[in-house]
Amino acid sequence: MAMSRDEIFEKIREDVLVEALGVDEDEITMDASLTRDLEAESIDFLDIQFKLERAFSTDDKPFKIEQGELFPENLLENPAWVSDGRFTDAGMEMLRERMPHVDFDEFDADRSVNEVGALITVGSIVSFVERKLAAGSPSAA
Amino acid sequence: MRWNWIDRIVRFEPERRLVAVKNVSAAEEHLHDHFPAEAGRPASAVMPASLIIEGMAQAAGLLAGSVHGFREKVILAKITSARLDDEAIPGDQLVYDAVLERVDAAGASAVGTVRLRRPVREGEIEEIEIGEISLLFSHVDANRSGLEFPQENFVFSENFRSIIAAAGLGHLVAATAGRSAG
Repeated sequence: MAMSRDEIFEKIREDVLVEALGVDEDEITMDASLTRDLEAESIDFLDIQFKLERAFSTDDKPFKIEQGELFPENLLENPAWVSDGRFTDAGMEMLRERMPHVDFDEFDADRSVNEVGALITVGSIVSFVERKLAAGSPSAA
Repeated sequence: MRWNWIDRIVRFEPERRLVAVKNVSAAEEHLHDHFPAEAGRPASAVMPASLIIEGMAQAAGLLAGSVHGFREKVILAKITSARLDDEAIPGDQLVYDAVLERVDAAGASAVGTVRLRRPVREGEIEEIEIGEISLLFSHVDANRSGLEFPQENFVFSENFRSIIAAAGLGHLVAATAGRSAG
């Protein structure tokens, strides 16, 4: 049976974020930004990726996250995407395409590369897992 | 001084598990420096917990490195959790039992149990589990974010290769180990 969004959130909170970030359960809300509110550092993102895989894999269905799938890497190395420290139109399009689990609407006015990490919230991760589980489930195909 | 915090590999299951031992000796200077004598309390020679974690990191790091023939620069990136309930003292043998949980291009995660083998009298050794350590490793060449690292593999240096060879695992070291993973 498919997991509800609340069930996914609970599992991410208990099995992934409390352990990976050493924060209290009540600090982990849907709106909490991983870097700004929960003080995640870059290596924590790899930890979160591994723990998500473990939490959502089942015996007959592995939950495998490719490198860069959850948190795109090397964004700043492409001049077509970033100019003067801000994302270009093409850069914004790339972000929306590669991270459909993140809400970029408010960010569109600012576009500063230094702020993009803070956009990833607990809710973004819940959406990521929700999409991925739905895509991998035969009934949703 | 050599930064070797394991003495011997005693078990190796490819891509899954590595068990190494470390003998704690009174000749090790750092034991005596850790809790030196203070007013009213004699010196207490114990193995620093930080170096027990380093020992586990070396056991688990060798296991992670062996997956790709020691081509990767496997760096300890995060101590996810560490629990140690007892102290290791001279005469004890620490057993680092490391299990690889996950390895991919970016890094690896492992969890290890620490056991203590303590000779209590001749012919009698007490063995107890004293802790658990979870570690995350980064493959630095895959995560360098623009930083440049030396070509040669400074992680798996000659010291480690001698431990690997002594365990009869020299064949796991790829011909290209020591060069960049690229």
